[in-house]
Amino acid sequence: MISAKELRKSYGKAEALRGVGFEVGHGELFGIIGPDGAGKTTLFRVLATLILADSGTASVDGLDVVADYEEIRKRIGYMPGRFSLYQDLTVQENLEFFATVFDVDVDTNYGLISDIYERLAPFKNRRAGALSGGMKQKLALSCALIHKPTVLFLDEPTTGVDPVSRKEFWEMLKRLKAAGVTILVSTPYMDEAALCDRVALMQGGRFLDIDTPAGIVANYRHELWAIRARRMSSLLGDLRAQPETLSCFAFGDAHHLAAKPGALSPESLVRRLESLGHEDVSVERLQPGIEDCFLDLSATDGGTR
Amino acid sequence: MNAIEARDLTKAFGAFVAVDHISFAVAQGEIFGFLGANGAGKTTAMRMLCGLSKPSAGSATVAGFDVGRKSEKVKASIGYMSQKFSLYEDLTVAENIRLYAGIYGLGERRIAEKTDELLSRLDFEGERGTFVRDLPLGWRQKLAFSVSIVHEPKVVFLDEPTGGVDPATRRRFWELIYQAADRGITAFVTTHYMDEAEYCARVSIMVDGRIAALDAPSAIKRSLGAASMDEAFHAIVRDASRGGD
Repeated sequence: MISAKELRKSYGKAEALRGVGFEVGHGELFGIIGPDGAGKTTLFRVLATLILADSGTASVDGLDVVADYEEIRKRIGYMPGRFSLYQDLTVQENLEFFATVFDVDVDTNYGLISDIYERLAPFKNRRAGALSGGMKQKLALSCALIHKPTVLFLDEPTTGVDPVSRKEFWEMLKRLKAAGVTILVSTPYMDEAALCDRVALMQGGRFLDIDTPAGIVANYRHELWAIRARRMSSLLGDLRAQPETLSCFAFGDAHHLAAKPGALSPESLVRRLESLGHEDVSVERLQPGIEDCFLDLSATDGGTR
Repeated sequence: MNAIEARDLTKAFGAFVAVDHISFAVAQGEIFGFLGANGAGKTTAMRMLCGLSKPSAGSATVAGFDVGRKSEKVKASIGYMSQKFSLYEDLTVAENIRLYAGIYGLGERRIAEKTDELLSRLDFEGERGTFVRDLPLGWRQKLAFSVSIVHEPKVVFLDEPTGGVDPATRRRFWELIYQAADRGITAFVTTHYMDEAEYCARVSIMVDGRIAALDAPSAIKRSLGAASMDEAFHAIVRDASRGGD
């Protein structure tokens, strides 16, 4: 449903896309995971036919983003990162406006949005500008879906949204996927990767890896250890100074230490840490998560400073 | 002396009670996480603590000054940084430091000293004349934080300082917060990343204008039988009646 080859785009000296290529299948929920400045929005704008790439090709639903841009625009739904609705129109007026633009009436495809829009129904006469963040997000999604697009582009729909509302939003995406909509969604939150069929990890205008979430985790090259002690702040520096340490980062209540397979002996490490004055030291093997993989791939790529 | 003390701090907008009698204390040099769902009242509470909004009832002191009656003293004793507003992009690194240090009341000689010290601590000496708009995002965040504490305030308020930042930079940013806390600066932090809640000595979780939980992250997890702060957060916030922000 989506295909991109060697897409490049620069703004002056800044290279936003440095050769991006990928394929998304019909009905797939595909995530683009990366920090601000990775190039996610530029990629969306190329695929949504809002800007032209400097080079490379892309197609959406079998149509070329340059030659067939008018037809593509009828078939896609696009929810940009910044709130895109008319603040001075009410909830209901916004929905009707978007339906009219796409030449449908609200009832025709209402089934697709009913479970999202019904939560907004009590506020349908409120101006969109006066809605809370979570409700704005639901309205924007409803407006992007009202013409029943075959492909849905969602650029950071959950940024700045609290963890509970984020979870709700992903539940809605799961139901849309079940209804046959192909979804391309971007997020800076690594934990949301697990909710996608496949993901691309993006940084510095490039994809670091494309795979299923399980596949990305399975390809992790090192051994990962969770290490805790009473004084976590000084523990971090001491761990980084150990010879078997490839990298070490704080991860919630433990530090995650990457080492070459077989290089780290827990007993020896505990002894050394205790001799440095650490108490209650624990060292456990750990399965990597997406964020561990991202840290490793981005360090190898040399993309972070 | 506690860096922050709130006693029944309350803010009502008409009939809507955004912050509803919250009480807590934060020690000098503590890293305190201020969590809650969107709409729980965090921003309103933070605005009162920064001296930007007067309490409707109750009181709070920050750095020993009453936020309602001595708001100008409060403002001079704190630093503030958010991801949304921080530095001026069309000023250079040195100009931004000079501007903020000047606003915080530092004299010329002190500004020169602090500029050198700050640039050397961040390893930024080569970027003195670089426009902020040309810095990578991660560098801007570090600079913004350092500028917010250029006057060595008692308390620094960090409002979602790491939103959208890549995982490596996000962690280096927390290392800067630790260093500031080691120098005795109290950090009051909001975040939507639950792993970051674990880096705080204590956290509070607001639900519908009240503080629903306040303790060390390990104690909160233990009391709820939760494996992670994310799980604990969901358990506490699940029954919130106020949605969105």
